[in-house]
Amino acid sequence: MPDPKIRKSAVLVETIHHEGGPAPETPLRRAAAMTVIENPFAGAYHEEIAGFMKDLEPLGLQMAQDLIDALGGDASVVEGYGKGAIVGTAGELEHGALWHVPGGYAMRGKIEKSMAIVPSTKKVGAPGARLDVPVTHTNAAYVRSHFDAMEVGLPDAPKADEILLVLVMTTGARIHARVGGLKAGDVKGEDGLR
Amino acid sequence: MTVRKILTLVETTHREMGRAVPSSRRAIAAAVIANPYAGRYDAGLSELIEIGAELGRRLGEEALSALGCPAAEVQAYGKAALVGEAGELEHAAALLHPKLGAPLRAVLGGGQALVPSSKAMGGPGTVMDVPLGHKDAAYVRSHFDGMRLTIPDAPRSGEIVVAVALSLNGRPAPRVGGLTHAEAEGIDGLR
Repeated sequence: MPDPKIRKSAVLVETIHHEGGPAPETPLRRAAAMTVIENPFAGAYHEEIAGFMKDLEPLGLQMAQDLIDALGGDASVVEGYGKGAIVGTAGELEHGALWHVPGGYAMRGKIEKSMAIVPSTKKVGAPGARLDVPVTHTNAAYVRSHFDAMEVGLPDAPKADEILLVLVMTTGARIHARVGGLKAGDVKGEDGLR
Repeated sequence: MTVRKILTLVETTHREMGRAVPSSRRAIAAAVIANPYAGRYDAGLSELIEIGAELGRRLGEEALSALGCPAAEVQAYGKAALVGEAGELEHAAALLHPKLGAPLRAVLGGGQALVPSSKAMGGPGTVMDVPLGHKDAAYVRSHFDGMRLTIPDAPRSGEIVVAVALSLNGRPAPRVGGLTHAEAEGIDGLR
């Protein structure tokens, strides 16, 4: 399988100061890296697709680094992550599943405290389709303040024979988190859950 | 000015219609601000005019920083505002037209051409179309372009989204003739 053919890449950064409540001293930052690649399996059913996961690894690492750079270059500020894919209409949902391993492990390889599974979502969609990428704490999935999601999409992607791949990183809790649960400061960080 | 959030989006196009193109790069910076005139008519709108000046500098700097290049490499610019339902279209005009341009040009080290603009009323999730045009010669045809931005949670009723777009190039594969970047004189803002 050849290297992924990249048509377009984009990085979206949000700096959230408040949402109607008291603005914390440090704003929340959320960043999404989006890459539009050609879907090598578009247009026909292919039984063997898993080899493409390996081909996606360098792209995953690049996107993870782009996010860290967009958040200031220090991976230790990252407290939440998530990933997703939108498969163009000549492909199938399973093609989006190819992103789980290369996307997730790319981020976990660069973030020291990343015991938690990377939450994900995927769907088939047309250009302009939006994806709500789920976000959870990088080291303990039960941290309630960090349950979040970032809506992403690009007006001109994915075309029918493309896949839009997404990684998301955030620097903290929801801006006015106050519904209790496990706190980031109480995480044991042994099992990825608590 | 009360800023709820700031967004930057950088797009890099590597291929178009399956062909490799010279790397084409552009950025939007947008601010979600409280509309000081939400729900009431004001004859002057001076507060929004001053906010426009502040945002010309701030959004210009944010977009330039997102592009990560010297100001001299920017070839095109544009601006837009999207007003939440408790405001009026004139609020967008107050932000964009009287004072936003000069501080934006100061960030870029110049800009002879009119900054192309668009404005609309809308709500959370409304797509914003931000026009782009050559910053020194409005007739440069390869640089007629636009970027789109969607913010899922803005503008709420009493908010306005203000955006500035910057581009290092024209469209990814321009081939419909007209004045080119290389031919532009950049003196009168048109050619």
